[in-house]
Amino acid sequence: MNEVLLIYAVALLLAWPLGRYLAAIYSATPTALDRVFGPVEWLIYRAIGVHPLAPMTWKEYGKALLKLHLIIGLVALMILMQQGWLPLNPDGIEGMRWDLALHTTASFITNTNQQHYSGQAQISYFAHLFAIVSLQVITPAAGMAALVAILRTAFARRDETALTAEGAVSVGNFHADLVRAIVRVMLPVAFITALLLAWQGVPNTLEGARIATPLDASAGLAEQRIPVGPVAPMVAIKQVGTNGGGWYGPNSAVPLENPTPVSNFVETIAIVLIPMALVFMAGYLTGRRRLGVLVMGVMLSLSVLLTGINIWSENQPNAAFADLAAEGPNLEGKEVRFGATATALWGSFTTQTSNGSVNGMHDSFNPVGGASMLMDMFINATFGGVGVGLINFLLFLLLAVFLGSLMVGRSPELYGRALEAREIKLVCIALLLQPLLILGLTALAVAIPGLAGNSNPGFHGLSQVLYEYTSAFANNGSGFEGLGDNTVWWNLSCAVALILGRFIPILAPLAVAAHLAGKRVAPTTSGSLAVETPTFAVLTLGIIVMFALLSFFPVLALGPFAEYLSLAG
Amino acid sequence: MNKRESLAPARPVTPAGSWIQALRGALVLMVLCGVLYPLVTVAIGALLFPDQSTGSLIERDGRVIGSALVGQPFSAPGYFQGRPSAAGYDPFALSGSNQAPSHPDLRERAAASSKAIAAANGVAPAAIPVDLIAASGSGIDPHISPEAAEIQIDRVSSARGLPRDAVAVLVATHLEGPVLGVLGQPRLNVLRLNLALDALGAQVTAR
Repeated sequence: MNEVLLIYAVALLLAWPLGRYLAAIYSATPTALDRVFGPVEWLIYRAIGVHPLAPMTWKEYGKALLKLHLIIGLVALMILMQQGWLPLNPDGIEGMRWDLALHTTASFITNTNQQHYSGQAQISYFAHLFAIVSLQVITPAAGMAALVAILRTAFARRDETALTAEGAVSVGNFHADLVRAIVRVMLPVAFITALLLAWQGVPNTLEGARIATPLDASAGLAEQRIPVGPVAPMVAIKQVGTNGGGWYGPNSAVPLENPTPVSNFVETIAIVLIPMALVFMAGYLTGRRRLGVLVMGVMLSLSVLLTGINIWSENQPNAAFADLAAEGPNLEGKEVRFGATATALWGSFTTQTSNGSVNGMHDSFNPVGGASMLMDMFINATFGGVGVGLINFLLFLLLAVFLGSLMVGRSPELYGRALEAREIKLVCIALLLQPLLILGLTALAVAIPGLAGNSNPGFHGLSQVLYEYTSAFANNGSGFEGLGDNTVWWNLSCAVALILGRFIPILAPLAVAAHLAGKRVAPTTSGSLAVETPTFAVLTLGIIVMFALLSFFPVLALGPFAEYLSLAG
Repeated sequence: MNKRESLAPARPVTPAGSWIQALRGALVLMVLCGVLYPLVTVAIGALLFPDQSTGSLIERDGRVIGSALVGQPFSAPGYFQGRPSAAGYDPFALSGSNQAPSHPDLRERAAASSKAIAAANGVAPAAIPVDLIAASGSGIDPHISPEAAEIQIDRVSSARGLPRDAVAVLVATHLEGPVLGVLGQPRLNVLRLNLALDALGAQVTAR
């Protein structure tokens, strides 16, 4: 339990100064580090051919974001399919089948890192670095850029709205927001994390696998090939950038990817560090500290509640072992060096932040633990993915403003700007797409024979399918991995969920922010709905919980809850 | 030349121009993040931590026996045994069982290993620590709990003809506690423990 408290405390203590630093970066406040990073950024702007101060409308910003993702996606797709003859492939790995390559690309350009492959056996060193690691740095930076554009446009306290030369609302410059985040945050934080992990024993080499001769020949394993590679830089960025896609199939459960309790401590904190820091950043960047406190309060309450449930659940015995072993926590799919509590904590963090890395197998969690992690992903705004988690939260906040205003009989407005039909429609599209797509695809996959590929009979079979689509739409990437998901159906249907689950919740709020910024500000009166209050925080919390429960309670009842009751009975 | 002025002018970008920006942006950033970042990290990391970088390999008599971070299967009664593995301890096939508590096969597998472990070590099923029944997440968990080592001491010492105390001392010296008393669980590295057993056996024979 002390381990859990320590991790929460250290993460928050590190996130606070990082949040201040992020706010300084995005408001282009001069800092001592400009001498180091300024020239690097300048070189990059030159190489791309952009001016970092050029204002962009939300459409230009969104298009620049989409075009960049399309091109890095195409490059990654080609590399994955052609990796067999490309350099840096000491273990002789072949190119990927088209549908698996397509799913992998969709998964990595959306900051999801859902993997229908096993990295150590199916991806070469070159593809790992150039097609995977690069996307693991770029995509969270893009999510962060979108968040900052939304915050500065619709939430920042300022006297006048920034405009483009044509007089339209400017949301900032995409290239500047992206490059600053990569150069000043993602790469330095990942680099430090990578060295900590290399120190603890995560492989960090370009050499190929070594062959070992196991000690006990009578056990039937004549040789053991030890897969290594440039693992440390990848593991660092997969944790820091809420990516989640690891080098080895079972991710950070593998001792080569997460060797010690110390590396586990570092990796667990790295999951939540930037998502937490962005909440602090929001307070500083917008000049509304109380908004930051509200968001942090709601997110932390949800996080502690759902993490607590998960930790309790995994410390219960696994029902399958009743009378077969001494009573103890559920260790099926977990590692001895971490134990049940640290694994449950990781499972909660990784689903709350849409990271998706794991240090134990979620498929083997007890049913209540599994349900708590599904709930984390349904909400997807408890810190959430880098950038997009807070964007999701802002969507819920806008919905709460709308409903709250109607409840007290006022016309809805955010900081004096009217929330009208056009904005609310966009908010609803972004929010409602989630249950429609997840439940629709789950229903299709279980209804059509031969599609589901679930490995577990009974209620848990449904949970496996539900988890996979929830994870795809939430851009999480973890899975109930017993699922036979490397099929054309799974690869393509998940790719659809991945892409829609990434770009609609980025573009719709960006449009809402720009629309809002273009409106006249009405003076605040005593009757206006005050957003930055504890009452409103409770309302927002209530709306988040109700939205998730109303959408998904029936399917939770059919899956994990039914499994729980059948085991208890 | 002023830095700001030397950049592309802040004028409207044509659609074709924005595609070219995207293409150049993609390539520049992919090289920075996918080549420079990892290669610099590998170079510096390998310099600082040469032993860890190549997989924490363990050698004996000039031969690579395994890795401290990769568990191995043991079946001879004179060796401590590790956890069940869904991957047969093959590091290229890494996997957990991915079976839910409600999966009938999980119960079946656990019953079989419970029976085998109880018989081999002369203990009741209710005394078997759960980590010896539960398969690991990675399929190559190198560790077992102190309780799991404890129930194997009798079997190992009698199979090797060693005094029980000698083996018990070896187990005690290989116990790793939580880091700083807080992080992680108490555990023993099975491969290191078994290597120490072999070394101990060699000493006894030499005497």
